[in-house]
Amino acid sequence: MTQQQEQEAQLSPEVVLGELLKNGVTHVVWLPDSETNWLYLLMQDEPTLDLIPVSREGQAFSTAAGLTVGGKKPVILIQNTGMMESGDSLRGWGLSLNIPVVMMVGYRGWTRHGVNTDTAATYTERFLNAFGINYYLVENGEDAPRISVAFAEAERTRRPVAVLVGDEYHGFNR
Amino acid sequence: MINTADLLQVFQQYRGDAVVIPGRGGKHWTNISDQPNRDLPVGDPAMGGHASFALGVALSLPEERVVLFDSEGDVLMNLGALPTIAEKAPANLYHFMLDNECYATTGGQPVPNAKNIAYEVIAKGSGYPAAYAFDNLEDFTNHIEEILNQPGPVFVALKVDPEIENEPIGSRVRWQTRSRTQVIDDLKQELGVSGP
Repeated sequence: MTQQQEQEAQLSPEVVLGELLKNGVTHVVWLPDSETNWLYLLMQDEPTLDLIPVSREGQAFSTAAGLTVGGKKPVILIQNTGMMESGDSLRGWGLSLNIPVVMMVGYRGWTRHGVNTDTAATYTERFLNAFGINYYLVENGEDAPRISVAFAEAERTRRPVAVLVGDEYHGFNR
Repeated sequence: MINTADLLQVFQQYRGDAVVIPGRGGKHWTNISDQPNRDLPVGDPAMGGHASFALGVALSLPEERVVLFDSEGDVLMNLGALPTIAEKAPANLYHFMLDNECYATTGGQPVPNAKNIAYEVIAKGSGYPAAYAFDNLEDFTNHIEEILNQPGPVFVALKVDPEIENEPIGSRVRWQTRSRTQVIDDLKQELGVSGP
């Protein structure tokens, strides 16, 4: 694969940030993870975004619920491991309050060929299915418009919708 | 120890137009509040989330004073919320915590190290610029004006009487008069907030 092909196969942080801005995101509620770390510096430099760091992923859902009450548009940026820890918060603060929020979830352990050695990946989609949360997989720049699809669906259904970011360390999944 | 209903009656005198998240004090507050459409009695969507919820409300409504009545069980479940609140430092957030030293809704079992936790010290150590602790109504009454007249975030730990419930959850009388989503919709309408 040429260098240019490799770059095209990656999920550019600029493209992701563009999707967030295009969809009117005002706040990013996040806990750092390996898949989305590359967004951090870009988001920090974006004056229209307010970053809210949490220390446990469950806090992200209640924070996002509160922001929505006041008419703001948060996005949640977490890893699949923390999402699974957050089940009750997702249920209580996300689903029972009808919060239309997109959660971008780093898909740790996911591989395109389906063979993985990380149970974080094994249970990610099963977890989302158990909660009835719809999700979209985003691997590279061509997939990025699915982020807008997720935002539109969240607003239409007044439910959390997940975007699974399967691009750990730019291509680890391949 | 302070009676929660008495405490909320005192607070009501100084409430002004504040948006109030009554948390574990909800069943009393619903009979005391004179502006129910500025209240967010969402009950207990998921334990441990009230502080973060209040942070989100405060950040999204910076022109409104936001008052939360949290509980020590909730705070213990998510102590990490305190540094986030301190970092974001919403000047409009007043974080009261009702400490009955137990899990009252499950039969009154003590919270870990129930009688020996200095929550106001934890809040200060997390970065709250101001934190108080009261164990009697008179002291609370003498300080409530001072508390609400300073910029937030302010943390106030309050020792309250336990109101232990032993009835099966399905047998308890519901104090909520509106659904959670109705509560939110009513507040949005009251404040003229648009959006889904």
